Amino acid sequence: MAQQQSTVRRLLGLLGAHRALIACSLICAAGSVVCTLYLPVLIGNATDLIVGAGNVGFVELYGILARMAAVALVTALLQWVMNLANNRIAYVLARDLRNRAFANLERLPLRTLDDRPSGDTVSRMVADVDQMTDGLLMAFTQFFTGVMTILGTLVLMFATNVPIAVAVVALTPLSFILARFIARRTFVMFRRQSETRGELTGLVNELVGGEKVVQAFGREDEGIAAFDEINARLQDTSLKAAFFSSLVNPSTRFINASVYAAVAVIGGLAVIGGSITVGGLTCMLNYANQYAKPFNEITGVVSELQNSLACAARIFELIDEKPEAPDAADARVLAEPQGAVALEHAAFSYVPSRPFIEDLNVRVEPGQRIALVGPTGCGKTTVINLLMRFYDVTGGSIAVDGTDIRSLTRTSLRAGWGMVLQDTWLKSGTVRENIAFGRPNATDEEVEAAAKAAFIHSFIMRLPQGYDTPVTENGENFSAGQRQLLCIARVMLARPPMLILDEATSSIDTRTELLVQQAFQRLMEGRTSFIVAHRLSTIQNADRILVMRDGRVIEQGTHDELLERGGFYTELYNAQFAQ
Amino acid sequence: MRGYGKECVFGPLFKLLEVTFELLVPLVVARIVDEGIAQGNTGEVLGLGALLVAFGAAGLASAVTAQYFAAKAAAGFAAAMRHDLFAHVQRLSFSDLDAIGASTIITRLTSDVNQIQTGVNLALRLVLRSPFVVFGAMIMAFVVDARAALVFAVTIPVLAVVVAVIMLISVPLYRGVQNRLDRITTLTRESLAGVRVIRAFRRERAEREAFEEATDSLTRAQLFVGRISALMNPLTYAIVNIGIAVLIWTGAVRVDAGLLTQGAVIALVNYFSQILVELVKMANLVITVTKALACNRRVKQILAVEPQPNTTAGTVSAPAAEKLPATERPFIEFDHVSLTYRGAQAPALEDICLTVRRGQTIGVIGGTGSGKSSLVNLIPRFYEASQGTLLVEGTPVGAWPLAELRTLTGMVPQRAMLFNGTIAENLRWGNASASSTDLKRALEVAQALDFVEKLPEGINAPIAQGGSNLSGGQRQRLTIARALVRRPRILVLDDSASALDYATDVRLRRALRELDPSMTVFIVSQRTASVRFADQIVVLEDGRMAGLGTHDELLAGCPVYQEIYASQFGQDALEKSQADSRAADPANTAAAGAALPATGRKGA
Repeated sequence: MAQQQSTVRRLLGLLGAHRALIACSLICAAGSVVCTLYLPVLIGNATDLIVGAGNVGFVELYGILARMAAVALVTALLQWVMNLANNRIAYVLARDLRNRAFANLERLPLRTLDDRPSGDTVSRMVADVDQMTDGLLMAFTQFFTGVMTILGTLVLMFATNVPIAVAVVALTPLSFILARFIARRTFVMFRRQSETRGELTGLVNELVGGEKVVQAFGREDEGIAAFDEINARLQDTSLKAAFFSSLVNPSTRFINASVYAAVAVIGGLAVIGGSITVGGLTCMLNYANQYAKPFNEITGVVSELQNSLACAARIFELIDEKPEAPDAADARVLAEPQGAVALEHAAFSYVPSRPFIEDLNVRVEPGQRIALVGPTGCGKTTVINLLMRFYDVTGGSIAVDGTDIRSLTRTSLRAGWGMVLQDTWLKSGTVRENIAFGRPNATDEEVEAAAKAAFIHSFIMRLPQGYDTPVTENGENFSAGQRQLLCIARVMLARPPMLILDEATSSIDTRTELLVQQAFQRLMEGRTSFIVAHRLSTIQNADRILVMRDGRVIEQGTHDELLERGGFYTELYNAQFAQ
Repeated sequence: MRGYGKECVFGPLFKLLEVTFELLVPLVVARIVDEGIAQGNTGEVLGLGALLVAFGAAGLASAVTAQYFAAKAAAGFAAAMRHDLFAHVQRLSFSDLDAIGASTIITRLTSDVNQIQTGVNLALRLVLRSPFVVFGAMIMAFVVDARAALVFAVTIPVLAVVVAVIMLISVPLYRGVQNRLDRITTLTRESLAGVRVIRAFRRERAEREAFEEATDSLTRAQLFVGRISALMNPLTYAIVNIGIAVLIWTGAVRVDAGLLTQGAVIALVNYFSQILVELVKMANLVITVTKALACNRRVKQILAVEPQPNTTAGTVSAPAAEKLPATERPFIEFDHVSLTYRGAQAPALEDICLTVRRGQTIGVIGGTGSGKSSLVNLIPRFYEASQGTLLVEGTPVGAWPLAELRTLTGMVPQRAMLFNGTIAENLRWGNASASSTDLKRALEVAQALDFVEKLPEGINAPIAQGGSNLSGGQRQRLTIARALVRRPRILVLDDSASALDYATDVRLRRALRELDPSMTVFIVSQRTASVRFADQIVVLEDGRMAGLGTHDELLAGCPVYQEIYASQFGQDALEKSQADSRAADPANTAAAGAALPATGRKGA
């Protein structure tokens, strides 16, 4: 509840920026409500002028009808302007929220992002914002006009005829109460329906996603049985939900019909008694119809608003997620680094209670090649994360050119490194844009030179649109090897003094593989390089091999030195490469 | 709508009944005015008032009945459709599954069917109601007074045109909005997937700007279409009320001439208002029904795909090989087999010839896209060979009953896929009646027993969706165990060791050989180290066999194999081991002809 209140307060705060538009929307809403209430009066007046044969006040009638047409047009105009204002408020708010959430995503620590399922983040950015907008829009359009209509109708009815007004006021809440009663019942059923739907989606996701395995193991019938069981429950809950919720309209219609009948009877008697005219009665009948409607709408709006608040809360969570600690105020810019890297007693843990990397000590001279070797999960990737300051060490220090990287600006540190990961990521855009990702202002010649150096130029030239060929999301229109070469070209163009390379474990086709290795070689010339190595040749060519196990460097040295020592490295080597 | 005929008839029928009661209301009110009030007859007013309430009650009863039938038909229809679709998917061939794609099947099974359910429900309730009210009100108006009712005949088409035009313009625009929203999804997904690269290249600001551009474009599109669709209500409101003004004027002239009463005019105005309410409902209905129809087409598309037949070929008389004793008979034989995937330009496999004996280990090696997985996927008939024959135990795979053929094979697919449930439940996919000793043995061979026993719940530990609580290597070992639990005659490891470190890989291969010497094993890999001990190694390049033989034979005479080996161990290692094997067995040099045996056998 408290959380809901704070969400409401924040939303109102954000809406405050649109004060002028909100005022405009409210004024138009008020105006159109007054007009819609005025129209039945005009109709009533007009009816009163039509008494019987030869007894029609045509002159006055003409005036009234002309006024009716004018009022109808004005109402329409006011409603339209109100809709436009509401659209603007809601859509602009949605845009601002999305932009803020995205801006925060770009500042979140990698750890937060790694922990958070990306599907959930995407659905907050897209679906939740949409839901919230829809709810707000509905609230803006219907809530205020609804309340205004109820109040206005009450005033007018009491002004016209007190007994009728009393009858309406006494009876109408019945429809409201009834609707509430049904809504509360159906809420439970709808929740059960969406839970069952979720269950079914889960099962379908799993089984259809793994359909080939299902068929390979001949588990089709078991799958269908499990599906049918949930499906039958879904049929039952959705029947109940649909049926009970559809009772709202007929029930309220019945109450409204009763109110209508009461107005007709009381009004009819009043006309006989002479306290109102026939026109007055028509007007009252119209009001009786109009008065009940907003109650139902408001009930709908309230549940929609609740949903919308829940969505807003999820977006706020994303916006409030704590961003990375900013660079220290006195952070230095790393200018033209030499490439000396030193890890001293570096420690890191994902969970405070479970140290992962402990007491890691490595000194690297400028231009050295360091191969990281070890079984899966030994901490090679974590070392990359620490060097790039994707994660910060939890103990000890990492220094570049003798300066602790935590006292450098992140941008300048990262500009010093070039990184090619095993998981080749390309952006949707053209080939050229992807190569120039690190230096968007590079000339075409520079881009081509980088592509040539990465042995991908001739391939690009054979593409139908050359450097302007679009790369689809994740670069799926390129083979794994070509993607890797593009990533290398991307780093080639940036020309960083230090490198982090993550060799692919699964090999690509042999020819491209050789090109990739040559490209890597060329890239590493004269640069301090950390390589997560899987190929024997890479390891053999390294100036130093760091053998990692369980977050520690347990052996260091050249290939030959390590083999001589006959330790864990020898064991690894024998399992992996020995004849 | 089979099976729900009764509901589909009664639903709308009761709805009509409800509408009829509603349509009678203005007539009653007219009588209150003309007879009750005009003649000062209090009893008449009270009686007619009671009649109104009675109509309301009768309307309520009809409506509730109608809603019940509609909900029942819609829920039942949707459930049947979901079942049909799901059961159908279970019988689709892999080619069809590839062509359709899992994600779209999932969407169609869930959100599309839900849309259809909503559509059916709403349609049964409203599709007759709204037109009936509109036309009923019009007819009643004609009954009251034909001349005055002409106003209806003009206004209703005008309203219909306005509603139709606004919808025709805005529906395609909404599609544009949807596309822009997709762009936002793409950008968000992309920036999450590429966060490391983006930060390494310090492109956060550029990403943010691109995103802001996309949200701006979305907002502009939303505002634009909003401007048009926001016209709907105000315009219909204005038209109806101007119509009422005209109606009153016409009525007034008729009353003046003594052709109409005051009450009748009120009734006409009432009918007019009813029409407005229904038209707005109808516009909403049209949108929902169009959506539901589109969804229905999407579901029908999948249902129209023919399921995979149980057996394709008739019982073909087995070739001469059958006369050989079982031990000598080739167990699996690829006879000039080619495979072209549906819609593909080039064949994925071309002219594969391979004879495998029971108990042999076959290595399949080659680069990405060379056809390794395609080759092993032919054995359990996941795909049908487009040319040539594949025989298992002398019988073409097409003549095997599908279930039986698949029971022979234990597949360990490339992607380690586990399902919701405990480890034991997942393992029993292989064989529902496996004992816990069987499971333990399978885990042991698959090098998974260690870590499973370390889990607090052991073999009963739950597996989170997709196996996210296990590491890649652990998942892979469990899928190997799952395949072993079924005691397959043919075990296929489709690049299954890629997430295992080499030492575990070696132990696994050793344990497999010890487990069951008569089991035929296919090892698909990109690493020469994983296949080097195989009895035969098939080297694939671009779907063709570039070599067949043992490790030593291929090293001596198959250039593609040499290249792969060199890329993994370096040129020096290649030369050294070639020299070694020559020294060890000079006969091998003679076997250099082992390379490209496919071409050699073509004439045979």
